[in-house]
Amino acid sequence: MSVPIESLVSFSNVGVTRWWQRSIFASQTAYVTLALLLLLVVMHFASPYFFTEGNMQNVAKNFSFIAIATLGITFVIITGGIDLSVGSMMCFSAMVTSMVMSGLSTPGMPGASLFVHLAADDKTVLANVPGLILVISILAGLVAALIVGLINGFCIAMLGLSPFVTTLGMLSIVRGLAYVISNGRGSFPGGPDAEYFYMLTSGDVGGIPAPFIYLMILALVMAVVLHHTAFGRHVFALGGNEHAAELTGIPVVRVKIQVYVICALAAGLQGIIISGWLGSAPANMATSYELNVIAAAVIGGANLAGGIGGPLGAIVGCVLLEVIRNGLVLAQVNSYWQQTLVGVIIILAVLVDRIRSRMI
Amino acid sequence: MMTAAAAGQPVLELTGIGKEFGAIRALHDIDMQVAPGEVVGLMGDNGAGKSTLVKIIAGNFPANHGEIRFEGNAVHFYRPIDARAVGIEVVYQDLALADNLTAAANVFLGRELKRKFGPLSLLDHKAMAARALELFGELRSETRPHNLVKQMSGGQRQAVAIARTRLSNAKIVLMDEPTAAISVRQVEQVLSLIHRLKEQGVAVMLISHRMPDVFAVCDRVIVLRRGEKRADKPIRDTSPEEVTALITGAKEAA
Repeated sequence: MSVPIESLVSFSNVGVTRWWQRSIFASQTAYVTLALLLLLVVMHFASPYFFTEGNMQNVAKNFSFIAIATLGITFVIITGGIDLSVGSMMCFSAMVTSMVMSGLSTPGMPGASLFVHLAADDKTVLANVPGLILVISILAGLVAALIVGLINGFCIAMLGLSPFVTTLGMLSIVRGLAYVISNGRGSFPGGPDAEYFYMLTSGDVGGIPAPFIYLMILALVMAVVLHHTAFGRHVFALGGNEHAAELTGIPVVRVKIQVYVICALAAGLQGIIISGWLGSAPANMATSYELNVIAAAVIGGANLAGGIGGPLGAIVGCVLLEVIRNGLVLAQVNSYWQQTLVGVIIILAVLVDRIRSRMI
Repeated sequence: MMTAAAAGQPVLELTGIGKEFGAIRALHDIDMQVAPGEVVGLMGDNGAGKSTLVKIIAGNFPANHGEIRFEGNAVHFYRPIDARAVGIEVVYQDLALADNLTAAANVFLGRELKRKFGPLSLLDHKAMAARALELFGELRSETRPHNLVKQMSGGQRQAVAIARTRLSNAKIVLMDEPTAAISVRQVEQVLSLIHRLKEQGVAVMLISHRMPDVFAVCDRVIVLRRGEKRADKPIRDTSPEEVTALITGAKEAA
């Protein structure tokens, strides 16, 4: 019964699309990846320090600091939306996490007696269960992000507000809340579990920075979710033709809320990781990071009109931004040029894609 | 189903359907019946209420008045999937395709085939592509399941949209201007598909401007004008001239 599948239809007029003409190979992501590889080669000849272990670790760490949030926002961008609140979200989550951590670790604070006790010398604070405070404080930060993501999703999907305006408002609201809860001073992760916290956020495993490992795991999960689950398919369908998605019975409202929640959670996690690297969560942390994150996603090939994007593009965009920054430093170019160059690259990347799609 | 058909029970029965948009009366007191395996042409000028009627049957919005009975039971649709659940499939005029997805993905949009991997339920790409190709084969359309809809011709896009209606056991398929934007050869294919649906006992409602298509495949023609039903007669008892007169209002009713 194994009929060769092609025999069901005879294709006399419709040729086969070659592998290099479809999917990832025919996308902006492919061109930008090529440009990145070229840049790496150029950098190798331009600076003997570029491909040293220390510098590579630095690059890997630095781009991981925006790449996780970029993965999150890529979901939103694929549906044709935008989230401008990611920068504030990073700060807010980080702040909640470090405030909960230091709060629960200070004897005398409400609830702290459940988690910590004073050692015999009356000075050293010891955890009742090592690691419990860490888990609770990170969860608190993520729950804060989750709530903000739900509100974004509710306003956009249920109330029909524009994503741009909703998240622009949320940018301000969340940043303001971060100032309010910290009184503008910022906070520091402290207490008996702070050591674990720094290990998890700015440590490394065999020379590979921890954030880079999280990034790789999350990117793999994202690739599977986008291309091999019904949810991922619906995310793409929403960006391609929202009306069609609705008519074919896709739960449009639910999918939209889900992508904004994913985006907020990714930003929250990113913020928590950054605060571990900074050693604190200042109230002005990650200001205007939303622009870097969106720029990285767009350079990597996510289309702001919706329907196109993926984890590889998100990461490549982040790497490209970081390599350029790093390269300018190594080449001893005034680092103020960086921002200008990033802008040029955003426009170039989109321009190349436009020219390519006209040629086909 | 056979007993229902033998008893002459209509698959779809509308009584007194009316719809207003604010002060505008889009439909008024529409009665109609569609029997299993019957092909009914729905004709009318722009603004006659054809699309509104289709959207009410398809569950895009509810009627203000009247009742819809499906296989004898009163039904209420709040969303398109409610209508699809009982067996009403629609080919929309704009085809409702997502350009950035492949043909197979579009055919299975909203009802993807999945395989269980432990707790995970992942898309079954292979099965969907195979089934989609089978459907394109039935439609005699040279459409490759893995190609993006963005790169397809009008006829191929039409085939994708029609293939979608063949996934489930539809009892009635509504087609909104399926032949408006495609080549002569492809019109022939769409019409032969309608014949094939009819053979399988599926009722078809064909909404079309093209008189030759309606007279080629339909058993009965219904003419709407200004939101009211002006004619409902077997195709053999009428002529293109009469239908044109009914559509334009040169003849009030028949």
